[in-house]
Amino acid sequence: MDAEDLNRTYLRFAHQFLESYDDPKKLAIVGMQTRGVYMGRRIKLVMEKELGFDIDFGVLDVTFYRDDFRSKLKMPDVKVTEIPFDLYERDVILIDDVLYTGRTVRSALDALMAYGRPRKIQFCCMVDRGHRELPIAPDFVGVQIPTYATEEVRVRVKELDGEDAVYLVDGDDALNDNFASKE
Amino acid sequence: MSKLSTNKNSTDISPHEGYEFSQKHLLGLSDYSAQDIQYVLDQAVSFREILNRPVPKVPTLRDKTIVNLFYENSTRTRLSFELAQRRMGADVVNFSAGTSSTKKGESLKDTIRNISSMKIDMVVVRHESPGVAHFLTQCVDAAILNAGDGAHEHPTQALLDLFTIQQVQGSIKGAKIAIIGDITHSRVVRSNIIGLKKLGAEVVLCGPKTLMPKFIDQMGVGISYNLEECLEWCDIAMALRIQLERQDRGTEFFPSLREYHENFGIKLEHLERYPDFKIMHPGPINRGVEMESEVADHERAIILDQVTNGVAVRMAILYLLSGGTRI
Repeated sequence: MDAEDLNRTYLRFAHQFLESYDDPKKLAIVGMQTRGVYMGRRIKLVMEKELGFDIDFGVLDVTFYRDDFRSKLKMPDVKVTEIPFDLYERDVILIDDVLYTGRTVRSALDALMAYGRPRKIQFCCMVDRGHRELPIAPDFVGVQIPTYATEEVRVRVKELDGEDAVYLVDGDDALNDNFASKE
Repeated sequence: MSKLSTNKNSTDISPHEGYEFSQKHLLGLSDYSAQDIQYVLDQAVSFREILNRPVPKVPTLRDKTIVNLFYENSTRTRLSFELAQRRMGADVVNFSAGTSSTKKGESLKDTIRNISSMKIDMVVVRHESPGVAHFLTQCVDAAILNAGDGAHEHPTQALLDLFTIQQVQGSIKGAKIAIIGDITHSRVVRSNIIGLKKLGAEVVLCGPKTLMPKFIDQMGVGISYNLEECLEWCDIAMALRIQLERQDRGTEFFPSLREYHENFGIKLEHLERYPDFKIMHPGPINRGVEMESEVADHERAIILDQVTNGVAVRMAILYLLSGGTRI
């Protein structure tokens, strides 16, 4: 997927969100560190243009809630979490780049609950690559890509990676490649 | 739709890219590199945020059991550690020497080996003898955190001071810090000097000559016996507690508390005369000795911020030392 494909998908997401919620004032977008944050901001911009008012936006880091960090040698970096509004009775759309095992989303649900009790949480991802290990399904999907477990899906955003694109990297390359990858 | 890529030009987003925190214990800041210290401080920012959440609790350490081994009295440090541990979901056991088998004559080594047989992952220890934390690393497998050993080091206090300075000044590099009071008996000051110097701050010590150790200038700090000139110079004045218990024991280092206050106590008039510096104190404060009571409650005193930050910094270091599985 290149920048143009991604932009079309952002546009679609924005309109899907607007379509499925009758009260956009209750809507809040939460982007998951790291790539989900930048995706969320793009969608937010499109929606705000349409609506004419600001949408609440939060940033979530789920490191504290992960169930797999002990299995690695290095403790993962903790990134910033910032949810500057009350989640109570809000409709939250959670955004991440890749949906894989579903464990990150599970952690994110736990993390969100620590901030209050939203009325509804929906999940949106750019790439659904399959291989779920938990009973979790996305509400909004950019593309579904069937993958092997040895492959890696990389969503790249201009702000961090210099380009907007999605790559499917095969096993050997994934091992040789040492740039920051999605866990 | 998908293409293969061997593109490697990723942009650095973190100043710690490629860095790995590899410490197993926290015995003192002398064992930590500048980058280790900066990394702990940067991680602590995220932990600070947890404390403001409606549910200020995360399950990160729920698989860990931590013992707090306190051979010396403490309010702030012990409470702060315990809160940090509970906020991260750890199981906590507390031990204080007064109510334990130490009274029956059990040695430190036996105590720790017994406790360790109960499957403990981390030990927080305070003891009146320097080097106890280091000794414990040789007795047990657990991660050891020094919560003050004699007049040696008190690393978590220094880390929380550094964090607070960073919060106020933006950066520790180049910050001008005056440390005022009982330099000789303070473990806080030793850890602070090490940490501050490693991160590039300028440090001046100030206090009565009797409480200024010989050769302390070898640590790369300035020495002054004039409070006024220190307060004029500094960004932050860190007052240390005058240890009244030492004053009472007949080993007197200055004629009277009143005289100490006259010469080295921070007063309201100083705040007016020098409008820039902020005031820190590791606690507990002797009001009317290290500073006037009004100074302690002044908006330029960031003493209570230090306490709040203490929990965040301790959460960060507990998290980092809790470790992944060795493969």
